[in-house]
Amino acid sequence: MPQEPVDTSVGRAADHAPAHAGGTSSSAPTRATALWGKLHGLGPVLGLVLLCVAGTLLNPDFATLDNTLNVLQRTAFIGIIAVGMCFVIISGGIDLSVGSMAALIAGCVIMVMNAAGASMGAGPAVVALGMLVALLLGALFGLAHGLLITKGRIEPFIVTLGTLGIFRAYLTYFADGGALTLDNALADLYSPVYYGSLLGVPFPVWVLAAVAVAGGFILNRTAYGRYVQAIGSNEQVARYAAVDVDRVKITTYMLLGLCVGIATLLYVPRLGSASPTTGLLWELEAIASVIVGGTALKGGAGSISGTVVGAILLSVISNILNLTSIISVYLNAAVQGFVIIIVAFLQRGRR
Amino acid sequence: MSLAVAFQKLSKNFGPVRVLHEVSFELAPGRVTGLLGENGAGKSTLMKILSGYETATEGGFAIDGRPQRFTSSREAEREGVVLIHQEFNLADDLSIAQNIFLGHERRKGWLLDDRAMNAAAQDVLRQVGLDAAPTTRVRELIVAEKQLVEIAKALSRKARLLVMDEPTATLTPTETERLFALIAQLRAQGVSIIYISHKLDEVERITDEVVVMRDGRFITRRPTAELSRHDMANLMVGRELSDLFPPKAPAPAAPPLLQVRGFTVPGWAQDVSFEVRPGEILGFAGLVGAGRTELFEGLLGLRPASGGEVAVAGRTLRLRNPRDAADEGITYLSEDRKGKGLHVNFGLRQNLTLMNLKRYARPVLSPTREHAALVQAVEDFGIRTGNLQQKASALSGGNQQKLALARVLQPQPRVVVLDEPTRGVDVGAKRDIYFLIQRLVQTGQAVIVISSELVELIGLCHRVAVMRAGHLTATLEDDMLTEENLIAHATGTR
Repeated sequence: MPQEPVDTSVGRAADHAPAHAGGTSSSAPTRATALWGKLHGLGPVLGLVLLCVAGTLLNPDFATLDNTLNVLQRTAFIGIIAVGMCFVIISGGIDLSVGSMAALIAGCVIMVMNAAGASMGAGPAVVALGMLVALLLGALFGLAHGLLITKGRIEPFIVTLGTLGIFRAYLTYFADGGALTLDNALADLYSPVYYGSLLGVPFPVWVLAAVAVAGGFILNRTAYGRYVQAIGSNEQVARYAAVDVDRVKITTYMLLGLCVGIATLLYVPRLGSASPTTGLLWELEAIASVIVGGTALKGGAGSISGTVVGAILLSVISNILNLTSIISVYLNAAVQGFVIIIVAFLQRGRR
Repeated sequence: MSLAVAFQKLSKNFGPVRVLHEVSFELAPGRVTGLLGENGAGKSTLMKILSGYETATEGGFAIDGRPQRFTSSREAEREGVVLIHQEFNLADDLSIAQNIFLGHERRKGWLLDDRAMNAAAQDVLRQVGLDAAPTTRVRELIVAEKQLVEIAKALSRKARLLVMDEPTATLTPTETERLFALIAQLRAQGVSIIYISHKLDEVERITDEVVVMRDGRFITRRPTAELSRHDMANLMVGRELSDLFPPKAPAPAAPPLLQVRGFTVPGWAQDVSFEVRPGEILGFAGLVGAGRTELFEGLLGLRPASGGEVAVAGRTLRLRNPRDAADEGITYLSEDRKGKGLHVNFGLRQNLTLMNLKRYARPVLSPTREHAALVQAVEDFGIRTGNLQQKASALSGGNQQKLALARVLQPQPRVVVLDEPTRGVDVGAKRDIYFLIQRLVQTGQAVIVISSELVELIGLCHRVAVMRAGHLTATLEDDMLTEENLIAHATGTR
């Protein structure tokens, strides 16, 4: 009847203990481990700095303010989505549908705005309505994901693989295989949301900054953020510690949906249209940003700032390829892929 | 054929912690040796070293006079040393024969020779007296049969020394009898057997001699016939048992705090009713699989339950999940510390406050106040740690258990359910935990202790409820608490 798991438990504890032999002082290795951890955390930043140095050497246009703002503006969509993705991944989940979701939301926003514009005339109220629709749809899709995953007990990979197809197919259907385009009057009215700037910095960059700061705050300084980490670290333990696991998980998917909504309401005024190629492969870029930023795919711990750095790093790569002719632009995805693998290689064994 | 083992000043460290101290003793060949010791005495570690799952830090052992150092269980098996784990090492979806030959498959050229393996498996199954086809999937076997498969597997590898770790923990009396007959038969064939068990009556019955270990040290080796069970217990603990427990304060006469009526957890517990008063420690005894853990997991909404009524302080409640339960003042410490009790990759602070984090968030978390709570808990619970910033995994088992205990007590529950609160904990930490439980009830909390250690239930509890096969068969008052009584009710021999 009495069992004796003590020895294995001590053995596992020892796996994590820094000192292997007796007699070594334990504080020094701990400090070294902490330092190593910090260096690891700086990895993405170091990578970004190296890339920027390389970019500057290759093309003098790289290190200009204009180009910097341009890169950041292009990062905004993926960066905002990646912040939401970071929560989902830390909680131990995944969402493959965000690109399709963005496309469908963009299409719906355009349809709603066109309809509203036709009945009540083009005005700021229609733009506000469009933005509200984007946020509501994002939260709603996230809620659906969360419910299917928690109450329906289906793997997140499967659920979002399903909706990945569903969302994009519906957009294609609504667009009749072509593109949905915003009416000209509305497009003109809406365009400052993407192209406008405040204090010389484009709006999307401000929004990215705000989303990142809010995300970091929620993750690190609220009970909810702690629960997200606890669930990703060990869902069973969190459940036994009276954490409302289902609700927290549903909320992470809703938060991500909301981020997709924000990214989409910034995206629509950029081109004023949505087509079956809108948001293509955004899910991979968002997940890559999170992973490059130092968050483990299996969850438990991660960082919002790292995620944003990861997103910037990926868009800096394509920017450099665009500005220089050493490597073909066609190899953009390949270079990003190599960088992702190299970063993951450097970060292995951290946990 | 038989095999003699001599341990020579064997020591083992896990990180900075020394768990075996210069253990030296000899095992004569062809005998059944009982290895006795409390949880944490180092028995399992020593046996793992002997069978190649761990290696010694210093010293070592010799087999038949030749010094050996196994770095894998395969090497140990080659010398005829086989350990049968508490948790079986069987692949549920493979057949009996496939399991028996796992890693030692017989081949015919490039292909597996299933016919030869099935025939050979049939042979060893007949030897251990298991009447099942070698092609049966292991998933379809009951626990006792799986145990026989493990033994058959050991025999097929020409075991000359068989280490059995708590082999009867999950067996019914009939199955236990069959195992004992098999042990006698193996002994007659010249197989040496090391038998680890906490059931002293079994040790008294089937072993030729006993070796006692305590706190990682070899204490004594004596012929079984010289010792009474009481002697064995005292040798294991190293002092009179009464020291270990705080004096029992009489339970105050008060209306019940928690009342459970006709509660059913499908497949595990049927129609269970009990109540516990404030200031009372209620024990739950029963064999593994009797449904104690599952009953309380059902009560807390961790498992689907059907039927039954739960009332706290006279108010009937529906608890859908542990959150509801915690809000009503009921918390539960799981028996599975690593899997369900503690976030080993989290810091101590994050672990401590997880259960009532809302108190530290309004709405922004305050690490300062969390830290203050940790300092307080380290003091109150006697958690020994050099560094408050480290991860929970860096603590020793006993201190992890105290931290897990501190976590479930953070919300200041009115009723706390402690499932195997001292599992895997050394004697010192055990005593601390017992005194802590005593302090809890003095402040009017009700404590439910689920334990497989009868001594613990007898020393600690005011009343003990006994479960057998999903039914609550008896609730014994303080003056009825003896090991014999508890075992009789738990096994249904009374």
